[in-house]
Amino acid sequence: MTATTISPDTAAAVEPVRRTARSIPTTRLVKVELRKMFNTRSGCWMLVSIGVLSVIATGAVIIFAPDEAVNYTNFATALGFPMSVILPMIAILSVTSEWSQRSGLTTFTLMPSRGRVIGAKAIATLLVGVVSMAVAFAIGALGNVIGSNLAGVDTVWDVTLVDASQIVLGNVVGMAIGFTLGVVLRNSPAAIVGYFVVSLVLPGILALLAQVREWFADLQPWIDWNYTQVNLFEGATDTGREWAMLGSTTSIWIVAPLVVGLWFLRHSEVK
Amino acid sequence: MITVDSLTRKYAGFTAVDDVSFTARPGRVTGFLGPNGAGKSTTMRVMVGLTAPTSGTATIDGVRYADLPNPGLEVGVLLDASAQHAGRTGREILTVAVDTMGLPRTRVDEMLELVSLTPTEAKRRVRNYSLGMRQRLGIATALLGDPKVLILDEPANGLDPAGIRWMRDLLRGYANQGGTVLLSSHLLHEIEVIADDLVVIGNGRIVASGTKEQLLAAAGTLARAASPRDLAHALEQAGIPSNLAGDGSVRTDADPAHVGSVALAAGIALTELRSAEGAGLEDMFLSLTADTQREGVAA
Repeated sequence: MTATTISPDTAAAVEPVRRTARSIPTTRLVKVELRKMFNTRSGCWMLVSIGVLSVIATGAVIIFAPDEAVNYTNFATALGFPMSVILPMIAILSVTSEWSQRSGLTTFTLMPSRGRVIGAKAIATLLVGVVSMAVAFAIGALGNVIGSNLAGVDTVWDVTLVDASQIVLGNVVGMAIGFTLGVVLRNSPAAIVGYFVVSLVLPGILALLAQVREWFADLQPWIDWNYTQVNLFEGATDTGREWAMLGSTTSIWIVAPLVVGLWFLRHSEVK
Repeated sequence: MITVDSLTRKYAGFTAVDDVSFTARPGRVTGFLGPNGAGKSTTMRVMVGLTAPTSGTATIDGVRYADLPNPGLEVGVLLDASAQHAGRTGREILTVAVDTMGLPRTRVDEMLELVSLTPTEAKRRVRNYSLGMRQRLGIATALLGDPKVLILDEPANGLDPAGIRWMRDLLRGYANQGGTVLLSSHLLHEIEVIADDLVVIGNGRIVASGTKEQLLAAAGTLARAASPRDLAHALEQAGIPSNLAGDGSVRTDADPAHVGSVALAAGIALTELRSAEGAGLEDMFLSLTADTQREGVAA
């Protein structure tokens, strides 16, 4: 390259040499999205709080649980609560921060295919969910060993692999609900409030409705995603009918809104 | 080369960009001017695929931006320096961009140095950055991929005088090496100094476009005499319409030679006679966009 002034006429005639740019691979997008989940102050604290709350929850079981209650199920349950709150928040913020913090202006100019960016975020979210749960189970196992030794009772391993995978799936469902709210609302405060509405307020309303209207009592398990999620946490999703219920609530609360939300996300303006 | 062809973007109730066509050529700095809300930013967002056009196209070397495989390597974009995650450090923002493009991390340090952000500043979170620092970071992001096309919305906004000079030299250098630079700015003096070509937009429509020389030549002649009124009268006698400007000068569309000969014939001693280039861009801008100005400034 020369630094000499090119007269306008010749410059106009010379087309810039197009470099053979290759398209951005999905693995790279996923790595970038993983990094973006934890390189902000809030993301960093989310990550720290997963570890800290897991330790606190485990410690609380060791300190407060009566000797006969020192078993792996109780450790898993205690760990499940902070996980079921923080993991969906991570899922929500991974999507909404692009709009609420406006970083989407850069993200979507560097990668114009918004569908692929959102797909990479979904994969990254899933990875975070599974790894976090693995860490939580490990901390819980450690707590179980320490707790039973302190209490002088036998160490009880009463969580089967099937139970464990249902708990993981239950948390993935929670993250998927958060992710969906993020895609649909594209606004951090609204999506977080929305998550608490559909996870805390809605179940109460549906349960009340099932009590006062008999026809709804039979319908509730098919449309109440909390009902099916709690079944997963309790490792109680066994029959084909119960899996069908999970499929039904997932379609209603995750698949359908996600399809509509993605359409709007891909066609809306990024400002 | 950036080609915008019959671009229209309508919102419910109004048309933000109305049948806009222009090209920004390689080796040239193209200035994109217009009052607030004229449609500059919307046009630029359509160019980079953030906003879908209602009709018309915008292409980079013949390709839609969204179809570029790795756009960061071909087009440097700065639309809004404040549009960054406030909780990320400057260095992280560049690292994320460099990773997305698949470039080596060493590029981050090179760019930080280029835009004069110190290592300490780069470690701070963007929420603590001044506008000028955000602007430098935004420029660094745009330049990371060593692109051949730059699309910059108000890049000089918030920069200190040294920063503005640096930016001017940088963009000039880019264009001289055959790059295409499109920049919008309200700083008319900046545009006048740096731009080779101008595109003026008002109410979503192109009101003028061409080389700076062409457009400023059309701004006419400025003349001064002891009695501007007599000069204006003499010009009117000669059939040349003119305006008495508030600063005591007489402005007309006629060329300086013509004005000079009229003054000589009328026996009026001119104290100044030149093409109205000095104040030209601002006058041109205000007269071209007079219908669309919020303040209703008269031409």
